[in-house]
Amino acid sequence: MATLVIAEHENGALKGATLNTVTAAQQLGGDIDLLVAGSDCGAAAEAAAQVAGVNKVLLADADCYNHQLAENLAQLVTELSSGYSHILAPATTTGKNFMPRVAAALDVAQISDIVSVEGADTFKRPIYAGNAIATVQSSDAVKVITVRTTAFDAAGEGGSASVEALSAAHDAGVSSFVKEELAVSDRPELTSAKVIISGGRGMANGENFEMLEKVADKLGAAVGASRAAVDAGYVPNDMQVGQTGKIVAPELYIAVGISGAIQHLAGMKDSKYIVAINKDEEAPIFQVADYGLVADLFDAVPELEQKL
Amino acid sequence: MKVLVAVKRVVDYNVKIRVKSDESGVDLANVKMAMNPFCEIAVEEAVRLKESGAADEIVVVSMGPKACQEQIRTAMALGADRGIQIETDEDLESLAVAKLLAKVVEEEQPGLVILGKQSIDSDNNQTGQMLGAITGMPQGTFASEVNLGEGIVDVTREVDGGLQTLSLKMPAIVTTDLRLNEPRYASLPNIMKAKRKPLDVKTPADYGVDVTPRLKTLKVEAPAQREAGILVSSVDELVEKLKNEAKVI
Ligand SMILES: Cc1cc2nc3c(=O)[nH]c(=O)nc-3n(C[C@H](O)[C@H](O)[C@H](O)COP(=O)(O)OP(=O)(O)OC[C@H]3O[C@@H](n4cnc5c(N)ncnc54)[C@H](O)[C@@H]3O)c2cc1C
Ligand SMILES: Nc1ncnc2c1ncn2[C@@H]1O[C@H](COP(=O)(O)O)[C@@H](O)[C@H]1O
Repeated sequence: MATLVIAEHENGALKGATLNTVTAAQQLGGDIDLLVAGSDCGAAAEAAAQVAGVNKVLLADADCYNHQLAENLAQLVTELSSGYSHILAPATTTGKNFMPRVAAALDVAQISDIVSVEGADTFKRPIYAGNAIATVQSSDAVKVITVRTTAFDAAGEGGSASVEALSAAHDAGVSSFVKEELAVSDRPELTSAKVIISGGRGMANGENFEMLEKVADKLGAAVGASRAAVDAGYVPNDMQVGQTGKIVAPELYIAVGISGAIQHLAGMKDSKYIVAINKDEEAPIFQVADYGLVADLFDAVPELEQKL
Repeated sequence: MKVLVAVKRVVDYNVKIRVKSDESGVDLANVKMAMNPFCEIAVEEAVRLKESGAADEIVVVSMGPKACQEQIRTAMALGADRGIQIETDEDLESLAVAKLLAKVVEEEQPGLVILGKQSIDSDNNQTGQMLGAITGMPQGTFASEVNLGEGIVDVTREVDGGLQTLSLKMPAIVTTDLRLNEPRYASLPNIMKAKRKPLDVKTPADYGVDVTPRLKTLKVEAPAQREAGILVSSVDELVEKLKNEAKVI
């Protein structure tokens, strides 16, 4: 048994999601190799070599892997798959994008978004927006899996794996990168933040999110949002928490002016403590909140900021 | 250009589902069913392409028991021209759906295939990408904007860090995200008209595709319930609880 983990990285650094995925791989037993594919990603491969429990790092450094284009990356991973019993990637938008292509190329099912490893062929995963947890067993020769990062701790450092450079450059020639608009923020990333304060439609407009940012500054928190707030244009899409947005599980999640639709709860109900601030005491968010405050957010949030 | 749209029949997104007491699955008896919301967005996008003159025919396909013809009719009421139902009572996994779609693609030769990014029942988020691998077509997943050019399509994607735009050679696959468009409602006259649009019924065997599941569901449980919390009466009390009881700030 051996597992290939596809690393996620950016500007020469490994992304945290990779470390959670390595922990899931450790629970399978067997050797763990890490693939770092990209362009100018040697530094990320060096970082990958230091992750505890990693046997070997495969480095595929070529222009065609820049921006992790699914068509090219999937060909590489498919080619590398022989000899591995499991292929794992984080269930981020990158992992979700290329992994099913790998699975189909290998003619196996993909097991999406696992939250626990029950055995080498058996896994738990949420379905129906997390309202049910299925235990599934795979009969496929290779298990292609994406990992819900909030369900696994991050692997530590202390490894000293070797780095092996690959020469294969697969360019399917059917897709190319045009541009990206990435959010720049000094705040922690939503998916790894210890504290998150999120706003919903109740915020009424984008400017009012400044109130949440001020609280976030005091708590070292990330700022998130409901779908309604994103759809209304208050904030960008990368802030959406939920079934079809980001899945988060911080120590503290503060929901402000969010009603608590199941699709939103799906993304945050594994948070350790949930606080809800809503003027409607009937709002379903109060059913999952450890501490609920029935109040107008325009009074409560500035007061909260002051008293922190 | 022909556009192929895949639509799935799922539990309506407003329904709070319940797990069966014997943990064998989710209780779907007498539950309201509907078109997967992401598939509604896929249909809407195709209809807009047709309205703009970029597409001349929209073919909609759904796989599952006979009842999924309802969702095909809905798509036709929204503007699809004809439908294909691939009938089976097997619980179809995304891989099987993708294999069947690949056969339909071979037959129909669409310039664009539009799918939802994710089914809200299985939460798989796999089918469009798998279709890409089987057919060799490029993919623009989680699309919030689609712009057609000469033989290429530019797709803006909602990614974790923000937005990314890719240029794809056609034929290509697009999977929809929530903000691609706002689907319209079907009008009564269009619902009536849809009843007369052609709908072909096929089976997986007609396409020579083996749809046997690869995954066995051993059990389906309800998630851990959260302990009931308390209401606090003031911001002061909230801050006190967070500091001294929860110890999270
Ligand atoms: C396929 C699909 C996928 C979806 N995915 C997601 C997802 O990933 N994430 C997500 O969040 N949603 C998602 N949704 C949408 C979800 O169903 C809800 O529509 C959405 O979460 C509602 O957002 P909201 O709570 O901000 O808005 P609303 O439901 O409108 O709630 C606003 C709340 O603000 C309160 N409020 C208003 N003014 C004030 C005030 N002054 N002070 C205090 N409180 C106030 C109101 O009492 C109300 O409870 C999805 C829906 C579908 C169909
Ligand atoms: N049974 C089905 N019939 C038609 N289309 C489907 C079916 N299952 C999945 N799809 C398509 O694939 C998309 C993604 O589904 P999934 O990969 O299962 O999350 C859906 O939004 C549909 O467009």
